[in-house]
Amino acid sequence: MATATETTVVTDHHEEEASWDGAAKPFRVGYGKLMMWYFLVSDAFTFAGFLIAYGALRFSMPSWPVPDVVFSTLPFGLHEFLPGDKAPLIFVTFMSFVLIVSSATMVRAVQEGARENKSGVVKWILLTVIGGATFLGCQAWEWSNLIGHEHMGLRTNPFGTHVEDGYYLEDSHGHAYEAGTEPERFEAGETFLIHQEGGDWVQRSFVTETNPEPQRQSFGPKAFGALFFFITGFHGFHVFSGLVILSIIAMNSASGQYVERRNGYEMVEKVGLYWHFVDLVWVFVFLVFYLI
Amino acid sequence: MAEHLSYEDSKRMVFKGLGLLAVITLIEVIFSLGSAGYLPGLGFLSDYAWIGYLIGFILISLSLYKAYYIIYEFMHMGHEVKSLAATVLLPVALLFWAMVAFFQEGSVWGERRELISDKNNIEAPILPAVPAIERNQQRELPAQEPVEQ
Repeated sequence: MATATETTVVTDHHEEEASWDGAAKPFRVGYGKLMMWYFLVSDAFTFAGFLIAYGALRFSMPSWPVPDVVFSTLPFGLHEFLPGDKAPLIFVTFMSFVLIVSSATMVRAVQEGARENKSGVVKWILLTVIGGATFLGCQAWEWSNLIGHEHMGLRTNPFGTHVEDGYYLEDSHGHAYEAGTEPERFEAGETFLIHQEGGDWVQRSFVTETNPEPQRQSFGPKAFGALFFFITGFHGFHVFSGLVILSIIAMNSASGQYVERRNGYEMVEKVGLYWHFVDLVWVFVFLVFYLI
Repeated sequence: MAEHLSYEDSKRMVFKGLGLLAVITLIEVIFSLGSAGYLPGLGFLSDYAWIGYLIGFILISLSLYKAYYIIYEFMHMGHEVKSLAATVLLPVALLFWAMVAFFQEGSVWGERRELISDKNNIEAPILPAVPAIERNQQRELPAQEPVEQ
């Protein structure tokens, strides 16, 4: 009887030790994975803060450049093959697809890790890296187009918006219309781009329905450039650091480092969580900047 | 991971998920272009403000669904302990609400600014400093007693 009691006490004590000596896992998940989740929550807070700033400022303005007009070009002049020479949101949709595909390849990498298929893990991680690098390349093109071609700056926004219907008094190069040409009309809410020719801004004159005095096109809200470049830049920075980390993990996997570990390829899973977070943030940046 | 789906099925599910997310993204873009009047034949959609709000609501719901799918399937939250999911998803849900609330707040700021500028531009006649009752009834003012200093 005494032995039985002792055994019971020893068992209880042993369980207690197990709880407090690290043998038990809170939420039944490893420390690294749990902390990665909480890091992602904190990063979500940061991104939410930026998106809140964007949204609050944007909706407090009487007008804001329409995203379908601002983001309507394609690389290599491909947008000229489309009606109206415009490809609204096509390029950024392509970028979203690329990131979603890279998320899917990441899931495959984690699955191969669960099967301890070393070559499979490396192959799928490398495909993810290629997807991420393509996304970054596209984002770089988008920036260079906005900055170099359309001359958007941190405090200059050449995309303005009309508040009333009217018509232009000059053509798109700033020269007065020839006699007999029908002047170009515009509607309220239409976004325009102030071009540069020879280094100078061409602000076309126009006349509105209610105001017969000629006015010049004015620049759009200054906050646009700073918000766009900062938020997409911060996201792009996350993509870039994700690529660096993915490359390191791919090299670690290839070297066989995870074959011997007790938790196997869990590191691939953790990095996969980070990569999916990057994709998730892009879903909301895409929604807030381009769709709404 | 092996106990609920076979390897072949798991592989297929990844690409089904990919297809689902891609299709939803495409639908979102089509809705967004539609609300701006870019879809051929559906240009009238940009003329009504309530369509913009409705489509905005649809876009937000679709994006939330994408977020749910990525978190639950790609990030495997669906297979984690429920309380872990709660500790992660509750703050994020509150964050999302904060975003929506502040977008609305921004609109209110805009409206207030407009109200203030409208009030600043009111042209009102400058009336003599006479009590309104007297002015409206156009009576002769009674003789006023000298005010004690």
